[in-house]
Amino acid sequence: MPDPESRPPARPQPSRRPWEDREAAPFVRLEGLSKSFNGTVAVDHVDLHIYRGELFAILGGSGCGKTTLLRMLAGLEIPTSGRIFIDGTDMTNVPPYERPVNIMFQSYAVFPHMTVEQNVGYGLKKEGVAGAELKQRVTEMLELVRLGGLEKRKPDQLSGGQQQRVALARALIKRPKVLLLDEPLAALDRKLREHTQFELMNIQDRLGITFVVVTHDQEEAMTLATRIAVMDAGRFVQIGTPTHVYEFPCNRFVADFFGTINLFASRVTQVESGTCRVQSDEAGADIASGDAGGQAAGAEVWIAVRPEKISISREAPVVGGFNVLKGVVWDFGYQGNRSIYRVKIASGKIVQVSTQNRVRSDARAVEWDDEVFLSWDPNSSVVLAE
Amino acid sequence: MKNRRPLFTVAALWFGFAFLYVPIFVLIAYSFNDSRLVSLWGGFSLRWYGELLRDRQIVDAALLSLRIAVISATVSTLLGTLAAIALTRMGRFRGRLLLGGMIAAPLVMPEIVTGLSLLLLFVSMQDLLGWPSKRGATTIMLSHITFCMAYVAVIVQSRLAIMDGALEEAAMDLGGRPFRVAVDITLPLIAPAMLSGWLLAFTLSLDDLVITSFVSGPGSSTLPMVIFSKVRLGVTPDVNALATIIVAVVGLGVLVAGWLMLRQDRLAAGETPIRAYA
Amino acid sequence: MRPASAGRATHDRLWRAWVIAAPFAWLIVLFLIPFVLVFKISLADPILGQPPFTPLFGAVEGAQGSWHVTFDNYRFLFADNLYLYSYLKSLKVAFISTVLCLAVGYPMAYGIARAARPWRHILLLLVILPFWTSFLLRVYAWMGMLGKQGLVNTLLLQAGLVDEPVSMLYTDFAVYIGIVYTYLPFMILPLYANLERRHRDLHEVAADLGARPLAVFLDVTLPLSIPGIIAGCMLVFIPAIGEFVIPALLGGPETLMIGRTLYDEFFFNRDWPLSSAVATVLVFILVLPIMVFQHYQVKETRMVS
Repeated sequence: MPDPESRPPARPQPSRRPWEDREAAPFVRLEGLSKSFNGTVAVDHVDLHIYRGELFAILGGSGCGKTTLLRMLAGLEIPTSGRIFIDGTDMTNVPPYERPVNIMFQSYAVFPHMTVEQNVGYGLKKEGVAGAELKQRVTEMLELVRLGGLEKRKPDQLSGGQQQRVALARALIKRPKVLLLDEPLAALDRKLREHTQFELMNIQDRLGITFVVVTHDQEEAMTLATRIAVMDAGRFVQIGTPTHVYEFPCNRFVADFFGTINLFASRVTQVESGTCRVQSDEAGADIASGDAGGQAAGAEVWIAVRPEKISISREAPVVGGFNVLKGVVWDFGYQGNRSIYRVKIASGKIVQVSTQNRVRSDARAVEWDDEVFLSWDPNSSVVLAE
Repeated sequence: MKNRRPLFTVAALWFGFAFLYVPIFVLIAYSFNDSRLVSLWGGFSLRWYGELLRDRQIVDAALLSLRIAVISATVSTLLGTLAAIALTRMGRFRGRLLLGGMIAAPLVMPEIVTGLSLLLLFVSMQDLLGWPSKRGATTIMLSHITFCMAYVAVIVQSRLAIMDGALEEAAMDLGGRPFRVAVDITLPLIAPAMLSGWLLAFTLSLDDLVITSFVSGPGSSTLPMVIFSKVRLGVTPDVNALATIIVAVVGLGVLVAGWLMLRQDRLAAGETPIRAYA
Repeated sequence: MRPASAGRATHDRLWRAWVIAAPFAWLIVLFLIPFVLVFKISLADPILGQPPFTPLFGAVEGAQGSWHVTFDNYRFLFADNLYLYSYLKSLKVAFISTVLCLAVGYPMAYGIARAARPWRHILLLLVILPFWTSFLLRVYAWMGMLGKQGLVNTLLLQAGLVDEPVSMLYTDFAVYIGIVYTYLPFMILPLYANLERRHRDLHEVAADLGARPLAVFLDVTLPLSIPGIIAGCMLVFIPAIGEFVIPALLGGPETLMIGRTLYDEFFFNRDWPLSSAVATVLVFILVLPIMVFQHYQVKETRMVS
């Protein structure tokens, strides 16, 4: 029998991709939301639709405004302008203690003077739940986050991971319409982080609560989220599914944020349906792309290629006269499951390439100072205007 | 390698602590001296303690001082805590800077100026409002509360500053209204700081001479005022006895408090009450 | 979801208003207004009566709302040598005491900061402990120590260092001792907080790079502790200037510090306007050291966070 924990049954859902459904009403709606502190703009006229049951990630570097946005959703900051709607109700000026929204803080903020049980039950108690019902619901919630048996512990007797689960249980017990998570995994070590990621997704799937996660870690965002909003300087730069923002970044900032990417300054020479040709002095070659990204011939653009999309070989590949660069292996790093090459091409630019190590010790593997050819599929290069 | 004890530092510590404690121990020793002359050891005696307890003036003053100190410490802990919460947890409000300035100023204001200014206030109030009708315990308490609340506020503020603000936000997020959050979360967590503040306020009130001299009236001499008028003329043995009693009470109190604080692992330099000045 | 009832929202606002308003109102009435009164009365004429000064405005018959302001008190203050002398003497005594306090306190703070962990807290507690006993009685203790028949003189005589008792009580020297004794904890605590934070790492790096212990101290410890030194010095210097009890009990007739002069002016001459002027000038003198202290305090706090 399969373990029910590992494979939760899919909840019946009208659509797995509600944001593509023109009829679907957004569950959380932000309209022209702004917040400034002493004249410094933290969040700048943001519009956003989040749908019921989504696990939505807001991703950005420190100081981009993502935490301020989350705190406005929680009601902990009052917006300078704009409106917040949750499930059709205007929540802009509703204080935090009257919002159907709960938050899990980055520091967890577990009350140090209360037991696990008292922590988790706090929200229900404020609702007037007491006695046996309170006890039962707390026990249920502790089972869900697998803290059963630790009811009487004080927070200083818990590990970091356990404290995090107390904070999660405490926020979930009121069955909020939206659960907000501020950097939920930042304080955990790598192993625990991976484990917790999947546990969070599992719980979200079971309870069907809409999650909004704020994070600076693009891997975390990509693993967890149904959609990601990339934020910079108080605005959203791009909103899309993890695949979309990774494969089709809309500009260099997003491209760079999601891991390493090679960028070549180029000029568009030819645009036809289905293909686009650019000429790049930096790459020293003609480059083809499947899509012109809305650019016309003559436009100055950037060509972006992910390291893992590039193949590396000692022999010249048999393709047309494009997307082939020649260079010398400048640096080489073995990382176990993959290898990273830094190849210096004619213009002096370093191009990064990564390969999967499928064979245990490959005698034919490329090494230092080898002369190599780099090539990639036209559909793997992205044309970026900025 | 590093274990060589720096001789100079050790010597400095010995010298410093001797400097701090020898006068107190000498004072205690004298209090048991039967002779009135300090240089002469007339044998062990408790006679000065007896004289002390028979001195109505001193006993009355001590009772008055205790009464004033308990009330002043309690009210100033209340007000000082409110001020600390206002300054650290209420965000921005009009007059925040002024409140911050006013709460810190009594810490650096010379007592003699504070005393003078409060006397002028009470005299003017009496002129304009007819209250307080006379200077005495009431005016002393009002004055003590004013300067003690500054110390309480500083202690509680430093505790609030290192306390994670997300704790209160979390409680509010879970449905706690502001007043409930203060009672459920803030107060239990700052209670040790409030206790330190109360003790400091109590000590300062009990000990104050200068401000009290300005704002007290006839028939309301506090203990420090009586001591001052006695010792101004020189060493008196019954004051030695009184000092010994105070040192014993305070020493015991501080040891208990210190032990409690150590137990709660809160004895960081930043949180010892005396840092109020810094 | 409960609708936000107007009554509850008002209740929440009321709580917030109380938290701010209660201490605010108290301090306005019992700190700010008195202070303004001092300044106001320093501009009035002294009279014989109760209160012994002329009203500044209003009450003068016929001249409703007119001002009666005089700068005579300030003029007198600078004309009479007594006051100028007292201010300068206060600064001098405060300065010398601060230097002495630093000389005693720095090695102690250093010693405590370098002591083993459990000892640190105990030593620190020992520094603070006397502070909790009566200030007045601690100053008084030195009267017994320094008198002609006091412990110090007895020891000096017995050791044969002097032939007859040295006059120490009722001199400037006794005042220095009294100030250093009383304010030593204020010097040690900020220094300790500073020295304790400069982690051993820095010392070890410096030592690793070849510095001898004294060089480590001069090149690393001392420069880094300057903010602590300034904080400690200001915490001694500021209260020492306005000190009254110590010069009154331990000082001699020549130890005319401004606190004592002000006290006498007020209680014996009953010249309230002049006392107010003396107090106003004293506060202005303190502004500079307070600003220096604030500046370094802010810097220190930033360094911690």
